[in-house]
Amino acid sequence: MSMKDTKLWTWHMASGVIILVLLGIHMLAMHMSGVMPLERLNPAGDNPLDWANVVARGREVSQVAGYIFLVGFGLFHGLYGLKNILFELNPAPGLKKLISVVLLLLGLGLFVFGAWSAVAARTMALSVSG
Amino acid sequence: MPEVKRYPNRLGIKGWLVGGKWGPERYLYFLHRVTGLGLLLYLLMHIVVVSSRAFGQEQWEWAMGRVSGPVFLVGEFLVFVAFVFHALNGVRLVLVELGILTGKAEDPVFPYRSSVNVQRPFMIVMMILAAILIVLGGYDFFVLVAH
Repeated sequence: MSMKDTKLWTWHMASGVIILVLLGIHMLAMHMSGVMPLERLNPAGDNPLDWANVVARGREVSQVAGYIFLVGFGLFHGLYGLKNILFELNPAPGLKKLISVVLLLLGLGLFVFGAWSAVAARTMALSVSG
Repeated sequence: MPEVKRYPNRLGIKGWLVGGKWGPERYLYFLHRVTGLGLLLYLLMHIVVVSSRAFGQEQWEWAMGRVSGPVFLVGEFLVFVAFVFHALNGVRLVLVELGILTGKAEDPVFPYRSSVNVQRPFMIVMMILAAILIVLGGYDFFVLVAH
């Protein structure tokens, strides 16, 4: 294992822990709001998917930042894990290069799109609140 | 640095499950990969679907309307189950990777002690915790939300 691989593997583990915290909060807000209602995460009522809650979350900088971090670390953790699984199958060196490039572009593209949508939603939420 | 000799992966993906006689950790390894791939697929779709909030209320409600109903409810619950399992098993894997919970190194004196047996109680605790969270989540998904 090269030093670069060791660093990426360490980031893979660290990102897993970060995702555990961020996605844990996300899951609490989205899928356990009935068993554990957290007013801060769903200030406009019980249904987290209600537009009023979407707007309320969009106004919170911490929610927007948390979403962007979650998307970034989630994409890195998932796509690096997928790359490791594919590399275990011993593809030819040229195919390895192609896999790395495709996964990198996919990750960067989705991160930029996800971050843009979060910021755009915040701008829209702030305009709704007047 | 000397080049590490790599051996061909004869079994491929089949080896995840039928590589030999394994303990429970081997099956958790299989499930960790399957749930990881499922969560990745969901994340890629999720980023696209929830981006609809950037286009306003109408687009958001239209997108949420496309992904509602009993089939999506069960699908979302499976994502929740995959997350809970992957997260708690992942915590175990990180701790074992860092050498925590594997016991101290000792002389190989018979009867040998395997580090797997040292970390196994923690694995059982994490799986019980996962089961509790899955039941609580299921209650939220299918009882509280449905009413």
